[in-house]
Amino acid sequence: MKRFLAFVKKEIQHIFRDTRTMLILFGIPIAQILIFGYVIKNDIKDVDIAVYDQSKDEYTRQITNKLTSSGYFILNRELDNMKNIDRIFKEGEVKLVVVYENNFSKKLHAENNATVQLIADASDPNRANLITNYSGAIIHDFVKDEFHIDQLPYQINSKVRMLYNQNLASVFMFVPGTMALILMLVSAMMTSISIAREKELGTMENLLVSPLRPAQIVVGKVTPYVLLSIINAITILVLGVFVFGLPIRGSLTLLMLESVLFITLSLSLGILISTMSPNQQVAMFISLFALMLPTLLLSGFIFPIENMPKLLQWLSAIMPPKYFITILKNIMLKGTGMAFVWKETLILGGMTAVFIILSVKKFKLRLE
Amino acid sequence: MTNENIIEVENLVKKFGKFTANDRLTFQVKKGEILGFLGANGAGKTTAIKILCGISAPTSGKVSVAGFDAVKHPEKIKQNIGYMSQKFSLYDDLTIRENFRLFGGIYGLSRKSIRQRTEELLKRLELYEYRNRILEALPLGWKQKLAFSVAIMHHPQVVFLDEPTSGVDPVTRRQFWELIYEASEEGKTIFVTTHYMDEAEYCDTVSMMVAGQIRAFGEPRELKTEYGVKSVNDLFIKLARN
Repeated sequence: MKRFLAFVKKEIQHIFRDTRTMLILFGIPIAQILIFGYVIKNDIKDVDIAVYDQSKDEYTRQITNKLTSSGYFILNRELDNMKNIDRIFKEGEVKLVVVYENNFSKKLHAENNATVQLIADASDPNRANLITNYSGAIIHDFVKDEFHIDQLPYQINSKVRMLYNQNLASVFMFVPGTMALILMLVSAMMTSISIAREKELGTMENLLVSPLRPAQIVVGKVTPYVLLSIINAITILVLGVFVFGLPIRGSLTLLMLESVLFITLSLSLGILISTMSPNQQVAMFISLFALMLPTLLLSGFIFPIENMPKLLQWLSAIMPPKYFITILKNIMLKGTGMAFVWKETLILGGMTAVFIILSVKKFKLRLE
Repeated sequence: MTNENIIEVENLVKKFGKFTANDRLTFQVKKGEILGFLGANGAGKTTAIKILCGISAPTSGKVSVAGFDAVKHPEKIKQNIGYMSQKFSLYDDLTIRENFRLFGGIYGLSRKSIRQRTEELLKRLELYEYRNRILEALPLGWKQKLAFSVAIMHHPQVVFLDEPTSGVDPVTRRQFWELIYEASEEGKTIFVTTHYMDEAEYCDTVSMMVAGQIRAFGEPRELKTEYGVKSVNDLFIKLARN
């Protein structure tokens, strides 16, 4: 045990002495969570719009007011003809042009029908969709309030409530995803690099010749990273809760235990990667390409898995972060307990066992 | 030098698939002896050292080091040997003292004896005042001597040195060999591989490996007479060519 502790101490000295390692361990997680939290958003806010109001009457003004007072839109400019629309979009600021037809109020009274045209910049299709949905809904609301359509006979009202995330804040989706991404990267990449470094420098030989057992060497290398990853997980949660107002509705203990399970999985994956890489560069390359890209693309972090082609859906089924993200969302947003996440937990546990068995086998082979 | 055999190897064979890296090696090394383990690259030296150190299992044959069987008790061998590889193998980002503390700890020395041995060995190298320096900036010669000191820190019975002086200047090589002699006088057995044939002349015994087999084994002077050559260098060339 004393031998083991001497080894762990050295490992901690390596980490704290290397500013680059420290930066990757603590700087990147914080930067990523803030970047993902603030920059990548699926909700809209303060979108610039332009209005071409051909009738300039009571209703059109009210509608425009309603749009700009909603918090979603800002009136960038008023137009007096249709010709400039193309140029305005090309300038890039304005994302939506609202065009009211001539005699809007009159038509509405006389024919019960008037037209407002919504022209959106669809070079970013997702955003264009969101913008037209939001503005369409606001106009619809206006009509409802103004003419009390609720009182019409035979009307079905659908009242939508977004459960677990009332305001559809995208940060709720990004924090669990970022947590999975960071834990995976930090744990797997850092351990694989640190083991590969010993191989590259030749110090691994000295360790193998020493009375330390191979298992002690591996566990010794991993131990500091377990502690650091737990600190990272806590940092991310604290940032999520206090900066972005993310709720933790379920048990914090369960959340931490699941995180430890996922960290263990990532570390064992890191060990497996290190047994396959002769040097630090290869270890880093494999970690980045085999872990980061799939985590970003296939785990349901950014793109919904349900919309993927069947083949990619199958691929995503073997991506550990997918299950961890599901667990996180369940515990944090829905407040569910073990009864609802046991299946995912079991899968993660199974994957961990497989990685550990594989890396032990590989490690022994290498000794021969 | 006593007559006690510290290394005993009998019919050692190591095969990788169809390739035979070590072909029926048989030799003994006495306590306190300096054995020069010579051979061209790829002759099978490193494979043999790995087996003697207990990190690789022989295909067949008997190997005993410091009284322990290499197949049955490799972990006991590990505690009783020191090892220094051709790649510089201390940690560059730690200080001299931290390196000593680490390996002392790994070999199970008490805190007190780690402190004592560190002081003793560093004073011998006249590097005690640099003990808190990070290794990275030190000259290669110093590093090699430090690596040797770390390897003998826990008083191993056998010290394996795999090309310890490669890339080091002649003065440092000379100093390095003084350290080897001192360790040998303390009763430590030295097992050293080298490509410098002048170094081979300093050894008590040399072993010449060619294509997985030991072709010659004995005192340098006797071997030179037997093969009618002037130096170990000529002997090496003569044996390696045939």
